[in-house]
Amino acid sequence: MMPPINWPVIYPELAICITAFIVLIVDLFLPGRHKWVLSLISIFGVLVALQIVFMNFGLKGDTKAFFGMVVSDATGLYFKTIFCIGTLLAIFVSITYQRREFPEVGEFYTLMLLSTFGMMIMASALDLITIFLGLEMMSIPLYVLAGIYRGRYRSREAALKYFLLGAFASGFLLYGIALIYGAFGTTNITRIVELIADGKPYSPFFVGVGSVLVLIGLAFKAGVVPFHMWIPDVYEGAPAPVTAFMSAGPKAAAIVAILRIFVITTPVIDLTWVFWVLAVVTMTWGNILAINQNNIKRMLAYSSIAHVGYLLVAITVGGEEGVSSAAFYLLVYTIMNIGAFAIVVLFAEREEFYENISDYAGFGSRFPFAAITMTIFMASLGGIPGTAGFVGKFMIFSGAINHGFYWLAVIGVLNSLVSIYYYLRVVVAMYMRQPQTRLVDIAISPSLMIAIIITLLLVIQIGIFPDNWLSLAKQAASLAF
Amino acid sequence: MAPLSYYLILSAMLFTIGVWGVLRNRNALIIFMSIELMLNAVNITLMAFSSFLKDFSGQVFVFLVMAIAAAEVAVGLAIIVSIFRVKESINVDDVNLMKW
Repeated sequence: MMPPINWPVIYPELAICITAFIVLIVDLFLPGRHKWVLSLISIFGVLVALQIVFMNFGLKGDTKAFFGMVVSDATGLYFKTIFCIGTLLAIFVSITYQRREFPEVGEFYTLMLLSTFGMMIMASALDLITIFLGLEMMSIPLYVLAGIYRGRYRSREAALKYFLLGAFASGFLLYGIALIYGAFGTTNITRIVELIADGKPYSPFFVGVGSVLVLIGLAFKAGVVPFHMWIPDVYEGAPAPVTAFMSAGPKAAAIVAILRIFVITTPVIDLTWVFWVLAVVTMTWGNILAINQNNIKRMLAYSSIAHVGYLLVAITVGGEEGVSSAAFYLLVYTIMNIGAFAIVVLFAEREEFYENISDYAGFGSRFPFAAITMTIFMASLGGIPGTAGFVGKFMIFSGAINHGFYWLAVIGVLNSLVSIYYYLRVVVAMYMRQPQTRLVDIAISPSLMIAIIITLLLVIQIGIFPDNWLSLAKQAASLAF
Repeated sequence: MAPLSYYLILSAMLFTIGVWGVLRNRNALIIFMSIELMLNAVNITLMAFSSFLKDFSGQVFVFLVMAIAAAEVAVGLAIIVSIFRVKESINVDDVNLMKW
């Protein structure tokens, strides 16, 4: 007899997917000037999904569905919450920009929702093939989103680079999955763990090569050095709201897949030292290259690489502490990074594209609220105490010290110090440089302000009272072990 | 029937040729074809293991991979065409407004 499908497990994914198709169909019947309705439908859909995610925390009985291919456990639900928050904020950031720059492109929201759908599948996947499908579901809409601003050549170029390198990396991931399938006769992660526990013989060669190939594929999506070369170009070329979106969710999705395969389950082969090296290289390389960037999107791209390095420290630590600090850091990172990009979008909302750090000269006196907000986000990204970023980094590095990775913690803290330099460059430009040209007004859009205020409040709130959020992340990790 | 290792070596060679093609070629379409070659090499691996292990799930995965590859073709060719319309070229060295 076939086991039941157990639909409630994937209700959040279904809510997002159905909303995406509703948006696609409604888009056909809407004239160009009314496309903003689509954003409202999308926001509503994501809120419904978020509500279902919260309800699923209390799901009774069997939490596995589709013959164990997806699961609705605390880790997955926690990450789904992050994806929903990230998408919600990214939609708020996009609304005005989309209306001004490419008003006729209503499928923008469909693509964003479908990509979120893929991320959520990745978070709940318990099977390597499901992870692959979720990854492709997430990436293919992102390729299109990167190139959606066809009026700008850079956007098309970003799409091409992202697509070619993304498809290349998914080839590696797939080959790794095929080899692991050959070694165990199954791709189900729980089943593989059971087989190893039963002492079933397997070919260490296939498993070793397969694991490394899977790691390459996922590391590419997360932007781990040396698989990071697409990130600066794509982040710079893609429209700023899309960059905000893809700097948060997809990274978190790749990290959750790495956690599921290499950390949460009993590792088949010990990759701790690989993660150790990757963490050091990624942190250092990202931070060093970020110092010299003049384009703010490119600077934030390299900074996002450095942040993945900090996350890799948590992955190296592993265990409950590593998973909980990674989960907490991803939440914090999503919020503060989208906040920083929201300010970039706000300043770009003028006739020309203000994307160079030097263009920010004089903003401190001209736009005091936006400038102080940007300062707080930069401080948070740099990990200055009193902000959410500090708590996140503190958890990661204290975890590293508790588990004896002293050098990793030292290198991480030194890297944080370096990163403060280039974050402060933006602040210095805003407050201490005189503008070259006369500054024009920026049109304040309500939706963008909502995103900025939500992220600002969350960054400060998590920074000062992190207890509730930390216990959420701890709960997400503790049930996994 | 040929032993399993023959199929695995064949697919590993095809995969390597695909990787080599991606790294060596400058034409976006040929890079794209090489990526497809990599995916098809994986399909051979999956089929070989599926047949060797007497487990049908590997053959189901092949269909999933083919569907994914088709979706990638749809998106990828559109992106390449959109670049060609501006640049009149699909050489990735010409796609250099931002440094790689």
